[in-house]
Amino acid sequence: MAHESTYKPSTGIERWLDSRLPIPRLMNDQFMVFPTPRNLNYWWTFGAILTFMLGVQIVTGIVLAMHYQPTTEGAFESVERIMRDVNWGWLLRYAHAVGASMFFLAAFVHTFRGLYYGSYKAPREILWMLGVLILFLMIATAFMGYSLVWGQMSFWAVTVITNLFSSLDSVVPGLGTTLVQWIWGGFSVGEPTLNRLFALHYLFPFVIAGVVILHIWALHIPGSNNPTGVDVKTPSDTLPFHPYYTIKDGFAVVVFCIVFGVLLFYAPNWLGHTDNYIPANPLQTPPHIVPEWYFLPFYAILRAIPDKLFGVIGLMGAIIVLFFIPWLDTSRIRSVSYRPIFKWFFWLFVICCLALGYLGSQAPEGWYLFFGRVFTIYYFAFFLIIMPVVGLIERPKRLPGSITESVLAKHGGAA
Amino acid sequence: MRNVSKLFAAILAVSATALPSAASAEDAGHGPAIEAQEWSFAPPFGQFDRAQLQRGYKVYQFVCANCHSMNLLSYRNLAQPGGPQFSEKAAATLAAQAQIADGPDDTGKMFQRPGRPSDRFRAPYANDQAARAANGGALPPDLSVMAKARPGGPDYIYALLTGYEEAPADVTMSKGMHYNSAFPGHQIAMPNPLAEGVVEYTDGTEPNLNNYAKDVSAFLMWAAEPTLEARYRLGARIMIFLLVFAVIMYLAKKAVWARVHKRDHAAKNAA
Repeated sequence: MAHESTYKPSTGIERWLDSRLPIPRLMNDQFMVFPTPRNLNYWWTFGAILTFMLGVQIVTGIVLAMHYQPTTEGAFESVERIMRDVNWGWLLRYAHAVGASMFFLAAFVHTFRGLYYGSYKAPREILWMLGVLILFLMIATAFMGYSLVWGQMSFWAVTVITNLFSSLDSVVPGLGTTLVQWIWGGFSVGEPTLNRLFALHYLFPFVIAGVVILHIWALHIPGSNNPTGVDVKTPSDTLPFHPYYTIKDGFAVVVFCIVFGVLLFYAPNWLGHTDNYIPANPLQTPPHIVPEWYFLPFYAILRAIPDKLFGVIGLMGAIIVLFFIPWLDTSRIRSVSYRPIFKWFFWLFVICCLALGYLGSQAPEGWYLFFGRVFTIYYFAFFLIIMPVVGLIERPKRLPGSITESVLAKHGGAA
Repeated sequence: MRNVSKLFAAILAVSATALPSAASAEDAGHGPAIEAQEWSFAPPFGQFDRAQLQRGYKVYQFVCANCHSMNLLSYRNLAQPGGPQFSEKAAATLAAQAQIADGPDDTGKMFQRPGRPSDRFRAPYANDQAARAANGGALPPDLSVMAKARPGGPDYIYALLTGYEEAPADVTMSKGMHYNSAFPGHQIAMPNPLAEGVVEYTDGTEPNLNNYAKDVSAFLMWAAEPTLEARYRLGARIMIFLLVFAVIMYLAKKAVWARVHKRDHAAKNAA
């Protein structure tokens, strides 16, 4: 859907700019008139929501960084000083903390949407892979950000996660230990660790913003997928992005903000762990070390696997496998709506992820561990076995002839 | 995190996975169940009860402060809006009752002086080691954010303070420990700090254990969350704004898309 430019510079300044740095032309072609499938539902608004949330996190984060002290002595207290003594500090800090949760919520919905409607299939493979890369960067950023509070859970999460690299000792003796000490900048998690986590936590959001630009670029070459998964065939299948999708996305962002606001103003600590209001104490391990909710499914996978090295491979593999989905899915069609068999496996996969989330919050013993293993197996089987096999044996339902046909069929039945 | 587990559990219940209830909540390390109390500061419109916070401060000052620090609080906070709201003068007087170590002076010596509103609450011990030495090896934790640092928050603090009981016959108590029904594991180093009449109330509130526990729990909630009232207030305004804005955006969206729907109808009728 890379289309002919329709931009006509109308003023002298625009003409002058157009032959030097044609930003108005770019905005016109890629934002204002950009042809977008006319049948996008509200699941497609999460792209705009995510862009908004990235902005919220960067703006609140920069101001917080002006007041934060990345020292083991001062970090915990400086966060509390921000809450108490900085003008609007409580708002900034809670918006940033709750914002991280909202960001992940939106990212998960966005990812499941892509998965359901087959938005990873040709010609959108790179678009999808850039998305997975963004998710990976978000995970790293959120992990580092959480550590900066320097509460008990921050400290022990850093200890547990950085120690995962020591599993490499079983491959090359000494390699893991060396690597872990290099990451720590010492022989335990301490001041150098906190300093580098802070530096990288400040850097990564801008890396994310860069990859987001590539993600949007890659989106704007083939154009958006749509709920039918049928390609755009005629101009009547599309609408200009503005005003149709600016207004729809705008409405969705406002509704999303209502949910964000309820958590932010009335339950800012609801999603957090109480232990993180206890200052970090290297001499006292909390009875249960659990990550923030958005990491729980991955944490469950890590703990479901008995061997440490393979546990880490499972943890990393849970993300890495996503990169290969475009080639693991053998189906000819995109949208799960037209895939009668795969549909069941898809929803089972959604339940699987929620279940892993719950199990990640529980102690890995007894039935919890058993189900953790069952769902871990399903998680990987979904991508590695079900996707390739079901795509080959399944007979999809008849697709609508075009986007316009599906829309007209939906609105009012027979004409 | 308990709430999150509940959330996931609720979603899971829908999918009807028969999850084992073998491990009770207590085994899972969450501690005994804590009964929820009614608080004046409950969301979305709650406020702290000024008189309750002032009484709570008194309980803290005469009982808790003998062993527990509150390093994040300053005496000036006692006069700021949204808290106990002592008058500036009263806060200055409360500050002046404490002897604060300051210095070094011109001769290089540290000295004691009466506290000022800008001083942090005076800590009972010079350092953790001194605190442990005076408390049989146990460290009385800082109370500044205690109401956010335990599951249940103020409900937990209230349950703990009113949870001292005779140990059941089948429980063997470790040396120097006290039985408490709310404390995880039930053995707490802190002896029962409250008893009827230990703090004098001047506003007619009955000076009993229940009121002491309630008042000091509310005070600790304010100490942990001094901007709570401002948060609710701003929240109410922003929620009203967002709701109105959402309606306007929805109507605008409908109006814009009506053009397309009209065109579709025309196309259909023509067909």
